[in-house]
Amino acid sequence: MILPTLLPLILQQQDGEGGFFFPPVASDLAIASDSLFFTILYLSGLFFAIIVFTTLYFVWKYHHTKCPEPQPSPVHNNTIEIIWTVVPTILLAWIFMEGFEGCLARKTPPPDAYEIHAQGRKWSWNFTYPDGTESSVLHLPLGKAVRVNLASSDVLHSLFVPAFRVKMDVVPGRYEQLWFTPTMLGEFDVYCAEYCGTNHSAMITTAVVHSQEDFDAWLSEAGDFMTKLSPIEAGERVFASKGCAACHSVAGVAGIGPALNGRFGQERKLSDGSSVTFDANYVRESLLDPTAKIADGFQPIMPTFQGQLDDDKMRVLVEYLKSLQ
Amino acid sequence: MTLDHKRLGLMYLWSIIAMMFLGGAFVMLIRAELFSPGEDFVSADTFNQLFTLHGSIMVFLVIIPSIPAALGNFVLPLMLGAKDVAFPKLNRMSYHLYVMGAIFFVASMLATGLDTGWTFYAPYSTSESPAHRAILFAVFGAFVLGFSSIFTGLNFLVTIHKMRPPGMTWFKMPLFLWAIYATSIIQILATPVIGITLLLVAVERMLEIGIFNPALGGDPVLFQHMFWFYSHPAVYIMLLPAMGVMSELISTYSRKSIFGYRYIALSSVAIAVVSFVVWGHHMYVSGQSVLVSVLFSAITFFVAVPSAVKVFNWIATLYKGSIRLTSSMIYGLAIIWLFGIGGLTGLWLAALETDIHLHDTYFVVSHFHFVMVGSAIMAFLGGIHHWWPKFYGTMLNEKVSLWGASLLFLGFNLTFLPQFIAGTQGMPRRYFDYAERFEGYNQISTVGAFLMGFSMLLIVANFLRSIRSGKPAPANPWGAVTLEWNTAPIPDPHNFDDAPVVGDPYDLSIFKWDEAEGGYVPTRPVPGLPYIALPNADSTESQH
Amino acid sequence: MTESSATSHVHDEHVAHHFDDAAQQFETGKLGIWTFLLTEVLFFSGLFVVYSTLRNNNPEVFAYAAQFLDTKLGFLNTCVLLLSSFTFALGVRNAMLGQTKALGINLVITFLCAAGFMGIKYQEYSHKYHEGLLWSGSEHSVFKANLDDVHPEIRAHSSVWGDAQKLTPEFRHEIGQFFAIYFCLTGLHGIHVLLGMILIAWLLMRNARGDFGPNNFNAVDFGALYWHLVDLIWIFLFPLLYLIA
Repeated sequence: MILPTLLPLILQQQDGEGGFFFPPVASDLAIASDSLFFTILYLSGLFFAIIVFTTLYFVWKYHHTKCPEPQPSPVHNNTIEIIWTVVPTILLAWIFMEGFEGCLARKTPPPDAYEIHAQGRKWSWNFTYPDGTESSVLHLPLGKAVRVNLASSDVLHSLFVPAFRVKMDVVPGRYEQLWFTPTMLGEFDVYCAEYCGTNHSAMITTAVVHSQEDFDAWLSEAGDFMTKLSPIEAGERVFASKGCAACHSVAGVAGIGPALNGRFGQERKLSDGSSVTFDANYVRESLLDPTAKIADGFQPIMPTFQGQLDDDKMRVLVEYLKSLQ
Repeated sequence: MTLDHKRLGLMYLWSIIAMMFLGGAFVMLIRAELFSPGEDFVSADTFNQLFTLHGSIMVFLVIIPSIPAALGNFVLPLMLGAKDVAFPKLNRMSYHLYVMGAIFFVASMLATGLDTGWTFYAPYSTSESPAHRAILFAVFGAFVLGFSSIFTGLNFLVTIHKMRPPGMTWFKMPLFLWAIYATSIIQILATPVIGITLLLVAVERMLEIGIFNPALGGDPVLFQHMFWFYSHPAVYIMLLPAMGVMSELISTYSRKSIFGYRYIALSSVAIAVVSFVVWGHHMYVSGQSVLVSVLFSAITFFVAVPSAVKVFNWIATLYKGSIRLTSSMIYGLAIIWLFGIGGLTGLWLAALETDIHLHDTYFVVSHFHFVMVGSAIMAFLGGIHHWWPKFYGTMLNEKVSLWGASLLFLGFNLTFLPQFIAGTQGMPRRYFDYAERFEGYNQISTVGAFLMGFSMLLIVANFLRSIRSGKPAPANPWGAVTLEWNTAPIPDPHNFDDAPVVGDPYDLSIFKWDEAEGGYVPTRPVPGLPYIALPNADSTESQH
Repeated sequence: MTESSATSHVHDEHVAHHFDDAAQQFETGKLGIWTFLLTEVLFFSGLFVVYSTLRNNNPEVFAYAAQFLDTKLGFLNTCVLLLSSFTFALGVRNAMLGQTKALGINLVITFLCAAGFMGIKYQEYSHKYHEGLLWSGSEHSVFKANLDDVHPEIRAHSSVWGDAQKLTPEFRHEIGQFFAIYFCLTGLHGIHVLLGMILIAWLLMRNARGDFGPNNFNAVDFGALYWHLVDLIWIFLFPLLYLIA
């Protein structure tokens, strides 16, 4: 029999590694959320089994070959109507309360939560840490409550980490937040769950949960990369952390935007027919006012980086672009 | 052009089927692309346009008009013993608006680039998406279709109020009419709001008035509230008529009076009323306040109660009946299960805590397809099989009908059951590309979708064959007692020569299957029954 | 269609084939028009929701912006519409009593009032346009977050330019919302007035043909109901936009 082997697999509560229904349980919220999920699963599974069983049984028992004539039976019964109105109502009210309590627990982050700012833009994520360090990957310390403040540069996005069972829309023009405590070391997928245009399904990054020591080490290393690394390496780091690669290849393949390798110092044809030299000033203008000069064959859709890149970062970025062949 | 509600009903029927094939073709491409990760057949941009067109065509041009406009137009005045709907010219105008809306959507498709999703969320739709003309066409199309839907609802509501024959009190109406009545209320009250919302999207695109665009001081969450104020009740515009068809099918093919008539009738109205105050459950993670979410969650659980009551009453109707598994009944029974799954999976989405993980994943996609397709489209098809003999005076090939229904049921489950798991595992919806670990679910889904496509071809081929060479249908092949069966095999243009005599719409004991006659015959003399079942030499039942 | 020969009822010419009698036809039409008006109310209520949400988001901006609307012209328009509703109502009575000529006169007055309303509305709109009192996305708007974005013509001509410079950029950024909803609400209402004018013209034409009388005044009655609703919506719009400060 397949069923006895399958059932435990399906119905078993998840251990840390995830299972038939869920990815790994990697945050405190995931434990509560899954537990309510399975409660509803058992309850609705029971109801569904009753529905399937009675329909099958009635169809078999009262098939016209067995019962050529319908037998006399009542066509209404207030008691039974009241029972099957009230019983589901009570159960539903109970499920509502369970979901409500879980939601309340999620509402307010602890005051000492570690704060990370997440910026969503078409089509990449950028995370800023309290000391100003930026990263396109979400690095997190194990066992510490983290509050993520969310903002969008353009359209609606939604930060979704399945392993943490957290999701929140990122709405332009206002700030949203979500919080959780990572409970498992490892790397987990981060998705955008609100449709945001062409590369919606590529707006993916990773959440890396470190031990506290490893996290601190990463933060201090990432924090002063500008001084520690060579300009080209630092530029590469900025390129990655700002999510430029979401649209600009450095391997010669035109994507949403033009590829950027082997461009520096070259003449660039623009969409209005004129041309411009791809130099430090052009890079600077393209970052601050991206729609001023559009490369021929591409759409004017790049978001501005005004206020997000200081002169130093722009300088190393130029060095990095220079180095790309 | 004709004003006859029956002709208009059939014109709707074929227009809707044509649109269903268009929307279906898009989804075949989507499923082919999703068979494996990465870019296989279409680009990301094309993919986004495909799911947008699939969604908007299926919602606005197929499911919303399906049962009310096609079956409702044909059946409603007949069931009421009326000669036509209250406003035949308005009815014809509704159809013209429908065609105009369809033309707008085709224009939008030809303009290419409509990539907003059927939800038209701001600010992507109002300022960011490059598809200017396509969005304007689509928005005007949906606006025009809204008025088509409003006028149909208005017509039916007034017809039911004012044109019932003497003796047909509210509680002697067939349940299909109750369901259409409740649907009409929603169409009249909710549709204008989506009309004005979409108009604002168009004005915003053309003039940059910025009501929804935060870059101009607007409020994108306001758009979502206005959109779902219509679009959640719209779910019940699609579902309530399906429930009405269900009540007719289950009762007729069990040969038993419907159980709990009043509860089913009133639950339709209850659903219509409550459906207006649950829209915020689409927005738990959109940034609306927690208090608002809590209220919406609580009310959402209550809307589940009348739906559950209906399911229990249908099952109780089977008890001690004499059940015939005709193709229509197969659809009916399938809906009990599929709607069961669709409804029960809604509990996870209504609960504040579990919805956070499941929102905007394939779990939601699967949930609403169980309701929209597994219930609404299945009921549409079940209803067509039930009422087909009246459409063209010919029978369908029952064997092919049974194959079609069974394959559709199988294909549907193959397609959508794996999507629940893909969703709980975390696959977001509207994804062109996905991680390796979701590949298995998607492959089963794609196979199922193609099976569904095949079964739809089979079902419609059966329709066409019946029109060309189907056996002539008797006036009342199923022994049903609602008034539409008390007409000529092909109802006259004026429907009834004399005002029909109204009895209990579910007193199925009036007719009895007669093996020798191969049809249903009256068991007792019934006043005002001009069209008794005619002997039918070769039965169309695929019994034993 | 062959209905009349097949039906057993004797129909008078004004009763459509699918109705039993004139009373049923009238009742049915009445319910139909009321239901349609309900739809119209819901249609406008969508915009009223937008209005209250935006107002709630920035109450001080809305209170400030209301001063730029011309209360006198708004009040005049209110009176014009009230008069037109009154004459239309008289027209219904004329139709019931078979006073074809009086009906014609009342309909003409109603039509002229509607035209007058649109004329005054045009005055208001063109004034707003010249002053740059527009939504912030318009290139002619005097209220731009960045003052450099204001069109040079507007800077030169608009009497509001001085006031605009004194406001904070955030305030200027939000104020376009008021004019956006002002133009949406009054514009949609204006479209309904225009549709009403077509309706009145059609009624006038039918009246000239001698269609209306004690047995057949449904069209006039239902048209008047629509017109009263258009009037009523303005009665709500006027204080919401012009008066609340």
